[in-house]
Amino acid sequence: MIYAITIYGEPGVFEALPKDRQDEVMSGHGALQSALTDRGEFVSMKLMPPTSAVMVEPSRVEGAAPLITDGPFAETKENFLGFYAADFKDLDEALEYAKMISSPVARLEVRPVAWAGGVISSE
Amino acid sequence: MSDWLEATFALHRPRALAALTRFFRDIDMAEEAFAEACLKALTVWPKDGAPRDPLAWLLTTARNSGLDHVRKSQRRAAILSRHADEFQPLPAETPDPDEMRDDVLRLLFICCHPGLDRQDQIAIALRVVLGLSVEEIASGFLVKPKTMEQRITRAKKKISLSPVAFETPSPAERGARLGEVSLMVYLMFSEGWSTSAGPTQIKLTLCEEAIRLARLLAALFPAMGEQAALLALLLFQHARRDARVDPEGKLVALDDQDRSLWNRTDIAEATGLLQKAQRTGHHGVYIIQAAIASTHARAASDRDTDWASIESHYAALYALQPTPVVRLNQIAAQAKLHGPHHALKEMEPLAQELSTYRWFHAMRGGLLQDTGDHRAAIAAFETVMALGPTALERIAIREKIAICQEKLRRV
Repeated sequence: MIYAITIYGEPGVFEALPKDRQDEVMSGHGALQSALTDRGEFVSMKLMPPTSAVMVEPSRVEGAAPLITDGPFAETKENFLGFYAADFKDLDEALEYAKMISSPVARLEVRPVAWAGGVISSE
Repeated sequence: MSDWLEATFALHRPRALAALTRFFRDIDMAEEAFAEACLKALTVWPKDGAPRDPLAWLLTTARNSGLDHVRKSQRRAAILSRHADEFQPLPAETPDPDEMRDDVLRLLFICCHPGLDRQDQIAIALRVVLGLSVEEIASGFLVKPKTMEQRITRAKKKISLSPVAFETPSPAERGARLGEVSLMVYLMFSEGWSTSAGPTQIKLTLCEEAIRLARLLAALFPAMGEQAALLALLLFQHARRDARVDPEGKLVALDDQDRSLWNRTDIAEATGLLQKAQRTGHHGVYIIQAAIASTHARAASDRDTDWASIESHYAALYALQPTPVVRLNQIAAQAKLHGPHHALKEMEPLAQELSTYRWFHAMRGGLLQDTGDHRAAIAAFETVMALGPTALERIAIREKIAICQEKLRRV
């Protein structure tokens, strides 16, 4: 079963941390990424801050084109920051992997994936 | 644990201070109340868990602790009587985003007090809005902490003597405030960028703090292309931080920078923000400057740079901002397209206005060098030396003079 480990947190908290704390968080991600690489294919993404987002909202008028808006964003609220997705044996295994990136700056949600497609990399 | 909490406090400080300043009508009281709320959070949050809305928690706690002080203080009895009905303990609630937006803008605008010189405006914004210590600010400006302390105290006094209205600003007023505040953020970055070229170490604090403020403004005004563009512009420039000084500590000109050292994450974010800003169809000064920066960021080398596009961007910028410095930059792009002789001729009309601007003479020296007139180039570089360049610039200019002298000896 493919599980997604999604990451929620307040944008900007990580950036406000001292360097050694940031390294601590990143070492968890490094460990997870190398563990996932060892066991096969996975997808991971980190989103840019919500200020860079543009919204496409359905028009309230029937048949009209969707509306493109710039916000508003609740920037100080908990926000979707990024995710990992990989094929895990079961929920317990997915949770074990998720624990590797647990830190005070983020809440993690582990949820089964209903559909997945495409392969992309920014490297 | 306290590092995580400190990071959360830092994140919420600008909004909290802004709302508290409006509430208390006093920056010092706002600062004290916020500090007390943070102190309380340090003991309460680890025990009870962090609140779901940390900003609302900090605001409520700060207001209530500030009110306690007001009630106990004889000195502030006058304030209390004036605002007695407003000073009621408040429940934790999420602040209204529109009100918050005007509060933050007002606080930043208060820092841009016209009676303060630009450095003091920046210093007070760093202290009050971003919560930097006096020591940190002093080192950003390369002055002694004692001196900075006195400057901040004096600046605060001036601010308190001519208060900014606390009513909701009109759209025109809001626009004017935003323009003034954006310029201050831009200059904070520039200040950091030039002082970071100090002899011993790179001080990028001011640059990073300016980016924080630009981020804040972009978040508060998501529909304003100029705010997204200002953030993009600063990120494009900041992306070059590791390439602009070589391992020996010497400045490296844009032309000669190792572009593999440019920070790709910053450039990617800036590119996304600029594309978003350009969708507004508005051509403000920051959108144009960010477009110029993005043209540099896209080029694999100086030679691959689309100078024609940069030249036309500067022409557009000059239409909005007809200053000699913008014109000089346009001519610099023309030099790449049409050669040094053309550029030197175009520069002539600016000579008087920019006689004390060292980049004018540095650029002129470089162009003269390109034409082979080394004697005149040396004279131009010596003018730069007489105009108080930074230590790093001095090293770079000295090297150029040496190269010219070498050329003259060989002839």
